Amino acid sequence: MRSPDLGFRIGIGVFAAALVIIVVGIGITLANDSWLSLQKFGLNFWRTSNWDPVAGDFGALPFIWGTLYSSVLALLMATPVALGIAVFISELCPPFLRAPLIFLTELLAAIPSIVYGLWGIFVLVPVVRSVETTLPESVRTLPFFSGPPFGVGMLAAALILAVMVVPFTSAVAREVLKTVPMTQREAAYALGATRFEAIRAAMFFARTGIIGAVMLGFGRALGETMAVTMVIGNNPQVALSLFAPQYTMAAVIANEFTEAANALYLSALIEIGLVLFIITLLVNMLSRGLIWSMARQVQVKAAA
Amino acid sequence: MNVTRTPPARKILSALFVVACGLAVVVALVPLAFVLFFVISQGVQSLNLDFFLHNPRPVGEVGGGMANAIVGTLILTGLAATLAVPIGILSGVYLSEYRGSRFASTVRFAADTLNGVPSIVIGVFAYAVVVLPLGHFSTLAGGFALGIMMIPIIARTTEELLLLVPNALREGALALGATRARAVFGVIVPAALPGIITGVVLALARIAGETAPLLFTSFNNAFFSTSLTQPISSITVQVFTYAISPYEDWHRQAWAGALVLVTIVLICSMAARMAAARVARIRGQ
Repeated sequence: MRSPDLGFRIGIGVFAAALVIIVVGIGITLANDSWLSLQKFGLNFWRTSNWDPVAGDFGALPFIWGTLYSSVLALLMATPVALGIAVFISELCPPFLRAPLIFLTELLAAIPSIVYGLWGIFVLVPVVRSVETTLPESVRTLPFFSGPPFGVGMLAAALILAVMVVPFTSAVAREVLKTVPMTQREAAYALGATRFEAIRAAMFFARTGIIGAVMLGFGRALGETMAVTMVIGNNPQVALSLFAPQYTMAAVIANEFTEAANALYLSALIEIGLVLFIITLLVNMLSRGLIWSMARQVQVKAAA
Repeated sequence: MNVTRTPPARKILSALFVVACGLAVVVALVPLAFVLFFVISQGVQSLNLDFFLHNPRPVGEVGGGMANAIVGTLILTGLAATLAVPIGILSGVYLSEYRGSRFASTVRFAADTLNGVPSIVIGVFAYAVVVLPLGHFSTLAGGFALGIMMIPIIARTTEELLLLVPNALREGALALGATRARAVFGVIVPAALPGIITGVVLALARIAGETAPLLFTSFNNAFFSTSLTQPISSITVQVFTYAISPYEDWHRQAWAGALVLVTIVLICSMAARMAAARVARIRGQ
């Protein structure tokens, strides 16, 4: 390598290294600044539910519960819709519809979270409340629908999260379906398969990547902040009821960070941030790993 | 000849599946239509010239606008771009030029990881590294947080677009005796420039709509400010403050702010789409 070329490589390599430094820096900074809370509460921080800033007693179980519960509910609603869209756009729809539909689903992802939140407060929550109040008494005795209907709460949060996750999952699932070799579908049709059976075969071929797409949506849902903060009710409790106002990790950071008056309170909030960082990191790594192994598998098969 | 016909049940199932996929599209587009409908109908009622020219008024006084927040959002996104565009584009160049190297894979992995980090966590990070040392909320901290979010988006788009540049261009430049740097900045990057600019515009649109990383970095400011070391207002944080307030007039302003945000996003995505279509057409010729 000529020396000016080496200089060039090192020169732009420094900028590329910035990305690695930032990611590592986030982890170290958050761990360092949550040290006080990590030391004082240890693992009990994630096992107890008492959140009392005045007494200096912090337990974050309701937040991690709220984050996981709302994300799982959102995923249950979003996944079938997202996969349906991906299949429709990549396998079924007439070519002239393809570009407009892709544009519209991308628009769904482009609308800022705060706008979803505003819409959630003034449009979705009243609708959810009226649906909740019209449910018959017999249904209301089920644990999922117990408690007073406020409108704000887990159901509203999960619904809005589902809408926000759909475009991410469907975009990745579409890319994944694109990598399935045409021969897979042709073989199925040649054996007399119906359209559904051929697509099912293609989806089975792409299953690793599709699971990756779903996980990517899960990662998005876990970290979503503003829209959820505005409709979930912000009440730290571990409840199964969809009507119950609850709280998430991202929401408690958004709401209380500027109010954290002492070092312990602040470090407790930063510890929640640290754990949110680690969880989303793991989910994203897993999802990228799955998508990557799917892409590799296709290349290997194409080469063989 | 005895030809077995497809049993009707399988055909029906297949037809149902096709209908279900079509329905999924409708199910996803209904909320989009509702959100746009409410933002436009509520926003248009509340949007007026005052909104762009005046600062917020105290509670109880009707009127006022978001002039300070609009300027704030412009300054914050400008700062973010100043930080993110050089780092993002140069890392993108590294990723495409040395795509096979181990270090490139590490950087690519870091970029994808950073892209998935929740924006609120980026806010906490910016608080720790900018707000704490300075001792107070500031425009700089907000711009830093937004910039961090922008870097991986620009880096990955740049990489993708540079990979589309035909290899013959690179080989031609190198064959004429150009150094690697000359080939990259004189030939390859200019060839991909329209696409890269489109990517930057899209990243800016996404960043302009962020709220969470600003809540405790640039915070909010009821007054007009252009100072980099003072807290500053932004459209998103202002919409949040107004939305959770109990005042009717503030809700009205929140819808107007939402309409401005959505308009910015719409214009940017349409411009990007048109630019992409033009590039595709030119390539096709």
